[in-house]
Amino acid sequence: MRSSVIIFPGSNCDRDMDVALKKFGFKNQMVWHNDLSIPKSDLIVLPGGFSYGDYLRCGSIASKSKIIKSVIDFANSGGLVLGICNGFQILTETGLLKGILQQNKFLNFICSNVFVKVKDKQNKYFKDLKKDVLELHIAHNEGNYFCSDDELKSLEDNNQIAVTYCGDDGTENETTNPNGAIKNIAGIFNNNKNVLGMMPHPERMIDKYLSGEDGSLFFKNILDNFK
Amino acid sequence: MKIKVIVTLKNGVLDPQGKAIQQTLNGMNFGNVEDVRQGKYFEIEVKEKDEKKAKSLVDDMCKKLLANLVIEDYKIV
Repeated sequence: MRSSVIIFPGSNCDRDMDVALKKFGFKNQMVWHNDLSIPKSDLIVLPGGFSYGDYLRCGSIASKSKIIKSVIDFANSGGLVLGICNGFQILTETGLLKGILQQNKFLNFICSNVFVKVKDKQNKYFKDLKKDVLELHIAHNEGNYFCSDDELKSLEDNNQIAVTYCGDDGTENETTNPNGAIKNIAGIFNNNKNVLGMMPHPERMIDKYLSGEDGSLFFKNILDNFK
Repeated sequence: MKIKVIVTLKNGVLDPQGKAIQQTLNGMNFGNVEDVRQGKYFEIEVKEKDEKKAKSLVDDMCKKLLANLVIEDYKIV
């Protein structure tokens, strides 16, 4: 499976993502934001970081980069596009995903492990995933997902909520919500579920000597579903 | 021509920074501060003499970049 990771000025999880993808057998390439086209890919990843220093709004400047038109075309043709953290923020700013990531409710930068519940498995990312709750890592200041009531209803009706913050037993409530996100939302899909944006970093959980291996399950599952 | 734009959060959208500023002001004995909403202010120099045209250009900029209409309103002043 071929993948491309887009690098923006200020991306800082691009190389971690490269290491993770290659570890599981993706043929990964790095693509600069100023390029006009993306090499032939089965998956495009917008990595975490602080593109353009989070100026104006997180992800807003990157969402107007030269490369983005190719990303949008790829997404609209059904290609898999994964945005992690700042990548999720960029995807909402392009309009590929609904809503926006606002500043965390308690104005703090959060860096910790969290549990997320997989809410939908009828998609190429989570289909046949053995676990329902994954332990992943978050590190963000703007992860407080927000959208209008109408948008939320349509996300719920079409099963576009991908993952939600929860306890280790899958309980979703206010105490397991780190950042104030509406309905504990940690990640969502577009309508066709080929575009996934999520705040947690699977690429940080790919080795038992780091802090866990649930990220490995995530990447392996994408590969298994591609076969 | 200089066009000025103010971007604010829509009514009903939580503004934690505004809230923190309000609480700080209250703590500084400005007890009568009931609410604070924080926004952004832009001064945009447009190479255009016709004010109407300049404002219409800036309006387009607001919709496409300066404001995110999911949570923000803008005002050209």
